[in-house]
Amino acid sequence: MQVAVTGLLCTAVNGAASINIEADTIRELLRKLVERYPKFEPLLDAGVAVVINGEIFRDNWSEPIPAGAEVVLMPRIQGG
Amino acid sequence: MSGVHVSTTINGDPVEFVCQPGEVLLDVLRNRVGLTGAKEGCGTGDCGTCSVTVDGRLVCSCLVLGAEVEGRTVTTVEGMADGADLHPLQKKFIEHAALQCGICTPGFLVAAKALLDRNPDPSEEQIRYALAGNLCRCTGYDKIVRAVQAAAKDLAVDATKPAKPAPKKTTAGKSAKKTA
Amino acid sequence: MTHNPSFTNQTFKVIGTRVPRPDGLDKVTGRARYGADASAPGQLVGMILRSPHAHAEIKNIDTSKADKIPGVKAIITSADLPDKVNGRRDMLDTLENCMARGRVLYDGHAIAAVAAIDADTAKKALKAIKVDYKILPHVTDVDEAMKDGAPIVQQWVRTAGGDANKATNVSQVSQFGHGNIEEGFAEADVIIERSYKTEQTHQGYIEPHACLASVGPDGNGELWVTTQGHYTFRTQCAQLLGMDIAKLKVTSSEIGGGFGGKTHVWMEPVALALSRKANRPVKLVMTREEVFRATGPTCSTSMDVKIGAKKDGRITAALAVLRYQDGAFPGIWGMLGGMTAWACYDLPNVKAIAYDVLVNRPKVAAYRAPSAPMAAFAVESTMDLVAQAINMDPVDFRLLNAAKEGTRASYGPTYGPIGIRATLEAVKNHPQMKAKLGPNQGRGMACGFWFNFGGQTCSTVNICTDGTVNVSVGTVDVGGSRASLSLIAAEELGVPYETVKCTVSDTTALGHNDTTEGSRGTFSSGMAIIFAARNAVAELRARAAKTWDIPVEEVEWKDGVAYPMGDQHHNLKPLSLKDIAAKSPRTGGPIAGHNETVADGAGVSFASHICDVEVDPETGATRILRYAVVQDAGKAIHPDYVEGQFQGAAAQGIGWALNEEYVYGKDGRLQNAGFLDYRIPVCSDLPFIDTTILEIPNPGHPYGIRGVGETSIVPPLAAIGNAVSNAVGVRMNHVPMSPPRILKAIKAQRAAG
Repeated sequence: MQVAVTGLLCTAVNGAASINIEADTIRELLRKLVERYPKFEPLLDAGVAVVINGEIFRDNWSEPIPAGAEVVLMPRIQGG
Repeated sequence: MSGVHVSTTINGDPVEFVCQPGEVLLDVLRNRVGLTGAKEGCGTGDCGTCSVTVDGRLVCSCLVLGAEVEGRTVTTVEGMADGADLHPLQKKFIEHAALQCGICTPGFLVAAKALLDRNPDPSEEQIRYALAGNLCRCTGYDKIVRAVQAAAKDLAVDATKPAKPAPKKTTAGKSAKKTA
Repeated sequence: MTHNPSFTNQTFKVIGTRVPRPDGLDKVTGRARYGADASAPGQLVGMILRSPHAHAEIKNIDTSKADKIPGVKAIITSADLPDKVNGRRDMLDTLENCMARGRVLYDGHAIAAVAAIDADTAKKALKAIKVDYKILPHVTDVDEAMKDGAPIVQQWVRTAGGDANKATNVSQVSQFGHGNIEEGFAEADVIIERSYKTEQTHQGYIEPHACLASVGPDGNGELWVTTQGHYTFRTQCAQLLGMDIAKLKVTSSEIGGGFGGKTHVWMEPVALALSRKANRPVKLVMTREEVFRATGPTCSTSMDVKIGAKKDGRITAALAVLRYQDGAFPGIWGMLGGMTAWACYDLPNVKAIAYDVLVNRPKVAAYRAPSAPMAAFAVESTMDLVAQAINMDPVDFRLLNAAKEGTRASYGPTYGPIGIRATLEAVKNHPQMKAKLGPNQGRGMACGFWFNFGGQTCSTVNICTDGTVNVSVGTVDVGGSRASLSLIAAEELGVPYETVKCTVSDTTALGHNDTTEGSRGTFSSGMAIIFAARNAVAELRARAAKTWDIPVEEVEWKDGVAYPMGDQHHNLKPLSLKDIAAKSPRTGGPIAGHNETVADGAGVSFASHICDVEVDPETGATRILRYAVVQDAGKAIHPDYVEGQFQGAAAQGIGWALNEEYVYGKDGRLQNAGFLDYRIPVCSDLPFIDTTILEIPNPGHPYGIRGVGETSIVPPLAAIGNAVSNAVGVRMNHVPMSPPRILKAIKAQRAAG
């Protein structure tokens, strides 16, 4: 599936705006990303959020990724 | 260290305390008398969260020395309710959701009461200017002003009713509270 | 978490009613206890010595004289706060911000701290501490800090993704967007390009930071503190002090305002370290001056915005370049501005480039929809200029380009059902739009966007034997959420609101709860309570089944009562929650429901504001005549408190737009660290603030709740800028639009012709 990569996270995937990767859950997606792109690991530690079909997930890495879902990787952000 | 001995009346009760000459009334109330309703928001008289009345006059207790209330009467937010009966201002603040975090609420209640005591039928503009010395960061003042307007109406209605019997006063002198 | 999306037509029994809040009585009688209202036997007064220099090396700290003062029980420096963070840069930054490590990075940076028997002794001790500084060049302006040759704030900082060898003040550059903006601008009939600046502001909570810390030699500690997240504080303090998390019990006092500024520890680790050294409780309360100088204000910014559009109003390209200063440590606030800048619009070609820059100022913290208000000021001001250039009504222009369900957001994902169009339609039809305007009066409007977040949340629902209910939550109540959370529990259980008591528990009673930020308090704890209550209902049904000796599948729960299902049970009397609770000791013991959840799937939130102003052309002073807020809340659990959030956020935005700013001198010192000269709105500055709550349900929540607390601080800066422009014909590009700035602009315009 296509995963859009935004912001600084692009630097970890060689500048690509989107990558092709298969995963059933957020956890699996992030694990595979680190395996394929080691530069992703420090950014993961700094914090990422995964947006599935428009919903922002910051912590729930068990969240399943339905087939055909739009997946976007975003920096982890907070409010005030 | 040479303390100053002060005899005063707080919320209708006789109170004695010893404080430092340079100690402000706010610190005396909070640290010596145990009345933490008045808060320190700035310590420089700019925010009004320390508002109390001294001899009926609205003051910032962070700008009044503890020693200055010798022989005077002090009223704080803790003295507004009549036992379990809330003052109409207190009731209306809750009803109109005029508080969010509530830190400014004691100051506003004291200031609003001081306003209504001298001007029972204030216009919106008069309310806003009378309360301009009290900062609120949560509400935007909208519901506070509405609560004061509602309380003023309530008090006006109360004023036409027969007076309630005066509350019993505590006996002075021998049973005066001593705090050092 | 699965839920049925067809809940839009849910009818509620108590949700949406305006009930009195449970903590109201304590707050109007002065009984409520905030951070500075607790005391412990034997407590010491803690005080902090702070740097009078913006940037300096600490050559030596001599505490010998101070040590000898009778009544001084402990003095600490960074030597007493060793690095236990295991290489985590962000925690080391927090530690260094709490207490300087060899160098000071901003005016007000903590250098040492004392604990003494009273305030006077503590003050004496601070005076007696001798510090040798080597003063270094400083930089406080974001644009200056980016220039070659600017003093470097942190020697180790490199631009993330950039040159690994060059020391710099730019900690990262991030980009968001899609399409091809060069092509987009080429297609445009009209292009407007402008630059803007906003000055630094503070959350301005009326309650200064305060805590009562107590650490014993056995590694057990207690902390009473005003905070937006006592569990987060527990984790941070335990890590910084090398304590076991479970052994540090943190209790949240009532909080006197936070708005993001109390999501971060500033002096709490210092209080704990003092207490540990002195082996006595230490009460540490910040003065207002310290709050301004040494907590976490928001960024000051410098921004460039360029919009290209066709004559028919369709935007063809949009570019924002944002430069945000994060204070003396790396931050992500510029990036966040870049993500929000174009979020209101459906744009084919869009780009935001954001710089995060270090300067010798305090470490920036979140302030209500952090980073969004500044970017929105730049974007929404330019939107009005484009609308003017093509002779189109500003609301219609925005409607034409507004995002909708299916729009690809400028920050990446595709939107689900959202409320921006609905808010714009409501603004268009708002009665304020028809109010007559006189001389020097003008009307402006603007939109705003903010994310809402979920997060780790735990909740317990306990049914007492008399049928009343205790609800324990871990999200700090910043604005009245206990009322809403009690409503939710009452709704789920089917009991009257008055029988539910909601408490914010200390850290030993529940699992970790994330901070109350990102407008998540009611959303997240509400979700956890729904599931905890449903958990409890399952148990209540089981008890009824046991009592009747029938299978639990044949028990239904409706409006607080268990009913046996099926004609064969027609002789069984229904059991209310009260009945079941009374019998609970003999049917299996106490009845409770728990939920530990990660409440994710929070919706996004949009708002549109209308502002009418009158500008005095002789003084440049601006008076707000009328103000209206329209915002999408998903579902308003307690409408009074939703309105309160709209009004409070708008008021902060108004202060930011018109008066509030940090003024730094050439010496790099903060000049106006007090409420007299840091001028926030007072009661006489504002009119009544009209509010309209729209309810476009959020599919990610069982009741459709969206976070509401933050979004309405985003539109005011531009709404007022646009109103001033329409009032006196000057376009303000520098916030705050204080009287001297407006006057200068008016005079410049007169001089120009």
